[in-house]
Amino acid sequence: MLLAQSRLTLTGLLILGLALAGLTGVHAEETRIIVDGSTTVGPIAKAFAEYYMGLHPDVQITVSESGSGNGAKSLINGTCEIADMSRFMKENEFAAAVEKGIMPVAHVVAMDGLPIIVHPSNPVSGLTVEQVRDIYVGKITNWNQVGGPDKKIVVVSRDTNSGTYETFENLVMNKEKMAESVEYVGSNGAARQRVQSTPSAIGYAGLGFVDQTVKALDINGITPNQSTVSSGVYPIARPLYMFTNGYPKLGSHIHAFVTLHLTKDGQEIIEAIGFIPVTAY
Amino acid sequence: MLGQSALFLVTSSSAIVVLFIFYFIIRDAIPFFQLEGIKEFFTSARWYPSASPGEYGTLAIFIGSGLVTLGAIALAMPMGIAAAVCLSDILPFSIRQTIKPIIEVLAAIPSVAFGFFALVVFAPLLQESGGRILAVITWLLGLPAGGLLVIVLADLITGRIREDRRNGARAVLFVCFGGAVIGLLTLISSRLNDVEISSGTNALNVSIILGIMAMPTIVSVSEDALQAVGRELREGSYALGATRAETILKVVIPAAGSGIIAAVILGIMRVIGETMVVWMASGNAAQIPEPWYNILEPVRTLTATIAGDMGEADQVMGSARYHVLFAMAFILLAFSFLSNLASEWIVLRSRRKVGG
Repeated sequence: MLLAQSRLTLTGLLILGLALAGLTGVHAEETRIIVDGSTTVGPIAKAFAEYYMGLHPDVQITVSESGSGNGAKSLINGTCEIADMSRFMKENEFAAAVEKGIMPVAHVVAMDGLPIIVHPSNPVSGLTVEQVRDIYVGKITNWNQVGGPDKKIVVVSRDTNSGTYETFENLVMNKEKMAESVEYVGSNGAARQRVQSTPSAIGYAGLGFVDQTVKALDINGITPNQSTVSSGVYPIARPLYMFTNGYPKLGSHIHAFVTLHLTKDGQEIIEAIGFIPVTAY
Repeated sequence: MLGQSALFLVTSSSAIVVLFIFYFIIRDAIPFFQLEGIKEFFTSARWYPSASPGEYGTLAIFIGSGLVTLGAIALAMPMGIAAAVCLSDILPFSIRQTIKPIIEVLAAIPSVAFGFFALVVFAPLLQESGGRILAVITWLLGLPAGGLLVIVLADLITGRIREDRRNGARAVLFVCFGGAVIGLLTLISSRLNDVEISSGTNALNVSIILGIMAMPTIVSVSEDALQAVGRELREGSYALGATRAETILKVVIPAAGSGIIAAVILGIMRVIGETMVVWMASGNAAQIPEPWYNILEPVRTLTATIAGDMGEADQVMGSARYHVLFAMAFILLAFSFLSNLASEWIVLRSRRKVGG
């Protein structure tokens, strides 16, 4: 009885102490890290968070995936410590950040290719970048124009809020606008889902999302895989970023987190998810 | 006194919140029209907000919203009202007590679950066997409606014939009308059977799902309105020699009319405001389908556009990208406000007519 009571008191004191510490901001170091942003970088951040919290049980890392644009916005508004982005920050985002006293610093955590994916039953095995562009612009509307069956092409794109879309726009679209009939989906997973369930669909997603259920096309005769992306031969490839406010304090948890990809374990995690590490141990 | 003023404060705060919502949305919507003018927003169908310079034509998005809403209501209104009439006047009390809660449980399912179903299960199904599904839907909607029509017509016509010939005449009429209805349905469904759907995430998919989502609202509100009519009116009608069909059609439904209209408007609001399902399963293509009523094409709605584009609307205040979403939100808000006003007005007017 006495024991139970004293334990209660202790818990109460502990909670009070924590609340006070939270209120006064007196704590040795940030142990709650909020990560927000790209749905492409999300899986890396999640795996890193799991690994890191396994090493440091006292650290709380939450990872949300709301798109690169939202990640930048969260960092600017100070609602997250780390912004995952699958594209570099835009000029106006930088300007808005500087205005709010935030100085974004980029950390390239991995490389990613953007495979163009179709349904496994589709006989077409390769396209050129120009053909892909013509499909998205609406000049090519039927698979028989590129050596496939006589079927109307269902064109699937990521929504304009995603870094994946920005990358595709930069590397494929060449300043041309997508056709009005292009369908937009809200995540890499949804893009893959639409393509694997639609025999006449074409779409694109991060390399880590491409599995047995869809077929990645050869682009300009080059198959997207680890080696072609890391050597820069595959034409639609990009770096993946984590942005922090300023360079994180050396030795802090945030610093350890955004440099995790440089360690051997970090490299293994990135490879396991299906992205291309920037290191080669 | 203190209690009264406290209660008044609570009551007025909800009204103030609504006013605030209006104020903030309008405040952020007006700059868009100052920056871009009014003409393009309403008359162009080119929606390229991320291009530079951006194009902000929302005509296609308005049409998409309208198409999806029309489709959902075309499905939910007849089914919902028929179900409500069935629950209140036709089914025995014990069955009603079990069925009504089941219908109301539908309202408790989160829309994300509906959206997931629409995207992962229903869209592939439409692609594989869209024609057959269309034919089945035709039968599902057509048979009950047709059956009701045949019974009512037969009843109305036999009511004017001499007593001793009624049964024979009724049988003949049943066979004639029934044959006509079944023939018509067969014709339509065989036509639809050959339709190929290239993309399963389209206006039809979303219309069906949203129709199902609007059903519980329509059913339970109209059923309450039908219940509120009271036994006296019904019994008076029977006492004057009316059949059950005549009582329902000519007495009960007109008396509950305002409630039923309010139910349908509530259903429409539910459909227009739905975001997650359309974002996941409508395809989000900002195009005007060809022809405009082709519900087998992917479309984009206002709500999905606001939800999907909010993230990239520039943080830099004052950009057209940011304000265009508020302009859309304002149109939505104005529409739902006017609909609500209209439904209130209808209810008021019918009360005066009935003299209640």
